[in-house]
Amino acid sequence: MSDDDVQDAGFDEWLDAAEEGKAYCLECPEGHASLPPRRVCPDCGATDLEETVLPDSGEIETFTVTHVPTPAFEEDAPYATAVAAFGPVRLTGQVVGADLETVETGLEVELEITVSETTGERVLGFSPA
Amino acid sequence: MSDVRVAGSGLTAFGHSPERTSRDLFAEATVTAFEESGVPRGDVDALLYGNFMGELSEHQGHHGPLMAEAAGIQAPATRYESACASSGAAVRDAVFRIRNGEDDVVLVGGAERMTNLGTAGATEALAIAADDLWEVRAGMTFPGAYALMAQAYFDEYGGEHEDLAHVAMKNHENALTNEKAQYQSAIEIEDVLEAPPVSEPLGLYDSCPISDGAAATVLVSEEYAEEHDLDAPVSISGTGQGGDRMALHDREYLARSPAAREAGEEAYTDAGIDAADVDVAEVHDCFTIAEVLAIEALDLEPIGEGISAARDERTTADGETPINLSGGLKAKGHPVGATGVSQIAELADLLAGDHPNSEFVDDATTGVAHNAGGTVASATVHVLEVSDR
Repeated sequence: MSDDDVQDAGFDEWLDAAEEGKAYCLECPEGHASLPPRRVCPDCGATDLEETVLPDSGEIETFTVTHVPTPAFEEDAPYATAVAAFGPVRLTGQVVGADLETVETGLEVELEITVSETTGERVLGFSPA
Repeated sequence: MSDVRVAGSGLTAFGHSPERTSRDLFAEATVTAFEESGVPRGDVDALLYGNFMGELSEHQGHHGPLMAEAAGIQAPATRYESACASSGAAVRDAVFRIRNGEDDVVLVGGAERMTNLGTAGATEALAIAADDLWEVRAGMTFPGAYALMAQAYFDEYGGEHEDLAHVAMKNHENALTNEKAQYQSAIEIEDVLEAPPVSEPLGLYDSCPISDGAAATVLVSEEYAEEHDLDAPVSISGTGQGGDRMALHDREYLARSPAAREAGEEAYTDAGIDAADVDVAEVHDCFTIAEVLAIEALDLEPIGEGISAARDERTTADGETPINLSGGLKAKGHPVGATGVSQIAELADLLAGDHPNSEFVDDATTGVAHNAGGTVASATVHVLEVSDR
């Protein structure tokens, strides 16, 4: 992570869009979906990628509750991390707004950009739909 | 094409030595490797050296020449970084260099200094093997990533934490006689199940320790071994490497390791063997679930059945195919950059009859070493065969 206010082009714009409920993936003509920053489809090498808006809700495919975090999440632990499918892509995010015991595979979630309690940095999050 | 022989190896003790620099650790490993191999330092054509987090733990880049100097050799040297598969990748290139006749003698090795970072610092450093933007910034740690795979495995194929506990117990048992191992102590199932959670379902005893250590192996061409009358009965007869998408969530499967399967298939074909020929294996058990995924990817167990292999004693020392007779990363320790070469060293000793656990594989002729990077976005597999027994 950078020390100053310099952003990561592509990634920070995606977080901005997600905060406005307009999270997207990049799709190639073959229908392969991926996440930015991206110039080339990682599946087929196509270079004409189009932004496609993601569905409002996704489904948790796997999850864990982390008790031993990196220093950037020291104050956040324990917290749940999940992989959730949103249409053509999966995302990794922190589950917020739910008791840790209620997080499970199959849970329907929405994107919620939250902040780390430790660093104040934006964190890709999921909240129960 | 020249056959590649393992002439001799050296390992430091793996464990907690925060004050020791990686150059000192690696030098110790090479002194043993040169003594054991009988190869003079002046004959080394190249050093291929694996290291993952030297910038973070020692403020040191450009390890190649530093480590050649530490080993007392005057030869071109290159560092390999492929996360936890760094020195496995170095071994693979060493094999190519010898096979194609470019080199006769290659020193391959690796080292890692980790414990000086502390648990939080080492957790942060290990996390850089994942996608920083899309995984680490969401709070995913490395144990967390393997926990995601473990949960996905349980959901898809069944199994429970107790099955994984048998993997940990087995590997601790195997390390009891390994004087280089970080943990030479037996553990019980209850110890694993009752240990503090790291990332659920994985706990402290599902995780390999944070380790300092180094490994070095002298690889030579068959012609060099014959000319110099070396005692080098073990050859590296197959090499393979596989790759996958960086982030776990971008993979087709959350509970399988296709990169390791690809590496295994390539290595088996290269060696002219199939999975049924494998007598013994050292696999990358950074977490208990990782051993399960590895033995399935290597086709030593069918998909969905590797979970019961340790519990049902198919992979114990007395089992059909002993896995991690060294103690594995779990009990031997995991100084990241040293791990791939240490697996080759342990396996060569097991096959040559020079290992404390060789008694369990006295008829073995074929072994496999599996080294994985990240959440298996990188994998290397090597086949070792012993000729004179």
